[in-house]
Amino acid sequence: MIGASRRGNLLLALAGLAVASMPLWTGAYHMQLASTALIAAMFALSLQLLVGGAGLVSLAHAGFFGLGAYTVYLLGPVSVLLSLPVAALTAAVAALGIGALSLRTTGFFFLMTTLAFGQMLFFLFHDTPLGGGLDGVFIQRPDLIWVVSKAQRPAVFLLLNLAVLAAMYAGLWLLMRTLFGHALLGIKANEHRMRAMGHDVQRLKLAAFVLAGALAGVAGHMAALTDAFVSPDLLGWHRSAEALLMILLGGIGALHGPILGAVALTLLEEFSPLITERQRLVEGLVILAAVLLLRRGLAGIAR
Amino acid sequence: MMEARGLSRRFGGLLAVADLSLTLRVGELHAVIGPNGAGKSTLVNLLAGELAPTQGTIWLDGADITDFSVGQRAKAGVGRTFQRTNLMLNMTVLENVRLAAQASCGGMLRRAARVQAPIVAAREALRRVGLDPTGDALARTLSHGQLRQLEIAMALAGQPRVLLLDEPLAGSGAEDAEPLVALMRKLSREHAVLLVEHDMDVVFAVADVITVMVDGRVLAHGMPAEIRASAAVRDAYLGHVVA
Repeated sequence: MIGASRRGNLLLALAGLAVASMPLWTGAYHMQLASTALIAAMFALSLQLLVGGAGLVSLAHAGFFGLGAYTVYLLGPVSVLLSLPVAALTAAVAALGIGALSLRTTGFFFLMTTLAFGQMLFFLFHDTPLGGGLDGVFIQRPDLIWVVSKAQRPAVFLLLNLAVLAAMYAGLWLLMRTLFGHALLGIKANEHRMRAMGHDVQRLKLAAFVLAGALAGVAGHMAALTDAFVSPDLLGWHRSAEALLMILLGGIGALHGPILGAVALTLLEEFSPLITERQRLVEGLVILAAVLLLRRGLAGIAR
Repeated sequence: MMEARGLSRRFGGLLAVADLSLTLRVGELHAVIGPNGAGKSTLVNLLAGELAPTQGTIWLDGADITDFSVGQRAKAGVGRTFQRTNLMLNMTVLENVRLAAQASCGGMLRRAARVQAPIVAAREALRRVGLDPTGDALARTLSHGQLRQLEIAMALAGQPRVLLLDEPLAGSGAEDAEPLVALMRKLSREHAVLLVEHDMDVVFAVADVITVMVDGRVLAHGMPAEIRASAAVRDAYLGHVVA
């Protein structure tokens, strides 16, 4: 998996600037839509570390996203400077436990094991009073560092989400260039050979799993902060599948692929109802066409 | 020096390797030959740590490494190549070898392009096998013979004392064989080399010592000239091939 080229990163930065300027030329509704897309992009990007980075397809990932979101609910109204790291840490600890067990398996069995663990997290919030019940709950937002009026919220959250996504992308871009990142790509290409050459494959995969889980927790935290609502649905396996679709649509071999895929899918979900009531059909056809026609996903068009 | 003592490996009812002992010395190329199913590949996998022996012990420079995993053996100084090309085909030639050299690196969060040791080791390994001009090419664009050389470069990049070459000429034509033969001669001066190979011309051209395996057992062991002269070996193995 490669990060965008210099030109690609420049285009991404320009797109980021365009999003950052939205408060100047658009209203609350579209800023909220953009925030939804940015959060989906964070979530898919965190999963891309596993899929594109280490060749691990996990269905537990939404569980870590949901844990991050529910941490905000469980903490109550504290400072965002506390809730954000706690959300990341909670998700990381869960990922450490789940990863240590499920990474003993590979391929199809890994997929099924992560599905099982992900659903266990889902039912933890769905079937117990811990998370406020199966219908979800409205939450009190963590305190931002300064006071934000209700009218300012969409713009402030948009910029916050953009900043978090940008930091996440930059961090992963750098990470994939380290010895660790290169080793992950080696594992994705040929796990058996990497092990035979003396790489501690198990530890490297677990490190990636924990980091990806922590980043999913950050994405979940931003979702809870933005929407002021959490529900068990956030942890469901279909959310993981959706993120996998975003990666597939955007380009499995590119670090920025999931960002493109998440934005495309969010826009598609928003605007396909304008054309037809059967929006799932439209989405399905678009994804099918993208997979069949674009071997490198949306990220491949620009190359 | 690597030593196997009384090594056995059973697969269900089949005794693939039976009470086998051999010694690999630095400066010596030790060839293992035998008909298909004699247990040669099982032997390589036992020595490399890919398989655990049912009985017996394996020693490296006086230390018992029988319980070492394949990765631990690689780090301890046992390098191997694979019979079927086993590479990262979508990566560059240099990156394949660099990853092999990186296995012993700490400080995993350093920029890969700035960590010189594995890059230097990789270039050196590529130079030794004669692949240095191809470093930036994708591995999948190499010819079959070059891929076989790359296999060896990856084993060398880990700075092994013992080299296990599992049919390095597998699938090669005559034109690929010559550089590989020259390479094996060079390698055996600095490493303890075990060679499993079907091409008898190559084996007799490069081997210092030959062990003949049949049905998992050592049928004969000796200098190439002794093996060539042995009636038992001719009957059991060479006769079928030569005739």
